[in-house]
Amino acid sequence: MLRRMWCAAALAAAMLPAHAQSDADLREEVRGLRQRVDELEKSRRAGSNAFNPDLSLILQGTAARSSQDPANFQITGFAPAGNNAGGEVGPQRRGFSLGESELVVASNIDPYFRGQLAAALTPENEIEVEEAFFQTLQLGSGLTLKGGRFLSAIGYQNPIHQHAWDFQDAALPYKAFLGGRWNDDGVQMKWVAPTDLFVELGTELGRGRAFPASDPNKNGVGAWTLFGHLGGDVGTSTAWRAGISYLKTSPQERAFEDGGITQSFSGRSRLWVADFVVKWPSIKLQGEYFRRSESGELTFNSATGDYSSRQSGWYLQSVYQLMAQWRFGYRHDRLDHGSVANGLGLTAADAPLLLTDHNPTRNTVMLDWSPSEFSRIRLQLAADKSRAGVTDNQVLLQYIYSLGAHGAHTF
Amino acid sequence: MKSFLLAILSLASAPAWAALNVFACEPEWAALARELGGDKLNIYAATTALQDPHRIEARPSLIARARSADLAVCTGAELEIGWMPLVQRQSGNARIQEGQPGYFEAASVVALLEKPARVDRSMGDVHPAGNPHVHLEPRNIARIAQALSERMAQLDRPNRNDYEARTKAFLQRWNEATARWEKQAAPLKGMPLVVYHKNMTYMIQWLGMREVGNLEPKPGLPPTTVYLGELLARLARDPAKAIVRSAYNDPRPGEWLAERAKIPSIAVAFTVGGTPEAKDLFSLYDDTIARLLAAAK
Repeated sequence: MLRRMWCAAALAAAMLPAHAQSDADLREEVRGLRQRVDELEKSRRAGSNAFNPDLSLILQGTAARSSQDPANFQITGFAPAGNNAGGEVGPQRRGFSLGESELVVASNIDPYFRGQLAAALTPENEIEVEEAFFQTLQLGSGLTLKGGRFLSAIGYQNPIHQHAWDFQDAALPYKAFLGGRWNDDGVQMKWVAPTDLFVELGTELGRGRAFPASDPNKNGVGAWTLFGHLGGDVGTSTAWRAGISYLKTSPQERAFEDGGITQSFSGRSRLWVADFVVKWPSIKLQGEYFRRSESGELTFNSATGDYSSRQSGWYLQSVYQLMAQWRFGYRHDRLDHGSVANGLGLTAADAPLLLTDHNPTRNTVMLDWSPSEFSRIRLQLAADKSRAGVTDNQVLLQYIYSLGAHGAHTF
Repeated sequence: MKSFLLAILSLASAPAWAALNVFACEPEWAALARELGGDKLNIYAATTALQDPHRIEARPSLIARARSADLAVCTGAELEIGWMPLVQRQSGNARIQEGQPGYFEAASVVALLEKPARVDRSMGDVHPAGNPHVHLEPRNIARIAQALSERMAQLDRPNRNDYEARTKAFLQRWNEATARWEKQAAPLKGMPLVVYHKNMTYMIQWLGMREVGNLEPKPGLPPTTVYLGELLARLARDPAKAIVRSAYNDPRPGEWLAERAKIPSIAVAFTVGGTPEAKDLFSLYDDTIARLLAAAK
């Protein structure tokens, strides 16, 4: 009772001066308060993640079945991108398996640089650095310099991280000519022209740490690229980009096993890639054409002779947005064995992986469901004729989850 | 060869009289820049009213346009987080990088509503800084206009008197129009609405309307039949007057619900260009209020 009286008295005391104030004073006071609230709001906002790098984590896994054993996978006629080209070329292993978990840490370093690390935690309990690079922010004039290890800008799909692909695996030409992708250690310089049409030119110098190079132990540049892209819009609903890229490497004693005998190649390897992508509101169409020529010397069973090859491949794929959360995709990829000549008189019987005249093809369909921008479940079916004379029928169910910082919508 | 290159460059460069190249992330900022800078600016709108500003890709044309921009005018508050940072980095343009005077975020000069106390993706695509759709509140526009005009003056000293004069004239017209809209919209007070996405919040608060539900189960997630069924049951207890979607939203979920709840489903422009009537900021407000009034009857 007493307490209630106290409250009433206090309230009255608080109210009285207010009555005494004029409307103008009140308005002034409210304005002052509003200003303080605004300032507080703003200071809170600025503090949200001011110095924390953006962190994101990708979780992936698959359940797969295939009619052929993935362990004996090879792309016949396209040495050495078979089972011994290192890791990511073969189909997913059978049964349940964890995919690569990818950890990405990125942030502006200061007003001049940005840094990014993408590390893949492999299901074999290894950590693989996919990307670790710095990038300039203030060079201006359309120039950007990148350095470290990064996914090369050649082709269309190469710079895109695996979890953002429209199919679980890379197209055959990527597997055969790049061992899946090209991410060298080196520097990249890129220039965007000051035109309304998108014109981008760039070059990369690197060590040549992986296939098609052979990680040379030498001073200077072991691999270099040139690339150019054009792009733009047609009306408000069509966007396109087309490009051409070149990769030059000089493999030395690039060894692989073929028919039980180790052979190795030393010489020059040149790869051309022409790519395009067109997007309409619910359809995406992309294709890339690869052409590789290699010339030099082949060592086979301790005999050495001339070697030269011209091989090519392409793929065309389209993804269609069926409904808000559903997409359907079809991909056709194909390799052309072309011409492979050697001065040792070898035939396909001696070196079946290298010399069998086989044109691998594959047809793949996929259906994926993305409940939100951060989750995706995918069903993928493929009939893979990478091995000569054999069709590998593959079924795969895959999940991709993205945790943490909002991903980028690359084109 | 040289003349060919020159011809290409002249095709690309801005009209000779334009002092600033403006890259507007959304049509509302292109419209505001036009009011404040007029022919001093060469304005490019990166998105249209028929595109969801959350879901844009950093496509080549955006990078090319950002390359030559002196000023990028965006909403901020993470609305463009999926694409603008990529456009900025890939453009190789030092002027419009984060923290530079050439990058202006409208949301940074107004108080944001619906700032979540906790941020977790189980809540959908929420923006930690608060609701970024600030342009359907006239007092926000006034504040942003003031700040944007100061920014233009800072970047383009020789024309600063011009920007100042235009802004003053704009604000006067804008304040008059605001008073007019508040009077016109008086019947909307208390009107309960179902909104597709939480992008009308500022207008709802300004005009004293009431948001009783959203067609999206969580921000950024598409409507599902199960969820719409629940919403329908909720509307039976707490009825709404209309279902409102933006020009870029799929009309089907709203129509499905409208048929069963027996209330109209209407589309509003949401931003400049979303309806044939919404040609600039003034007509955007005129048209939106007219459409809401028609639904309120």
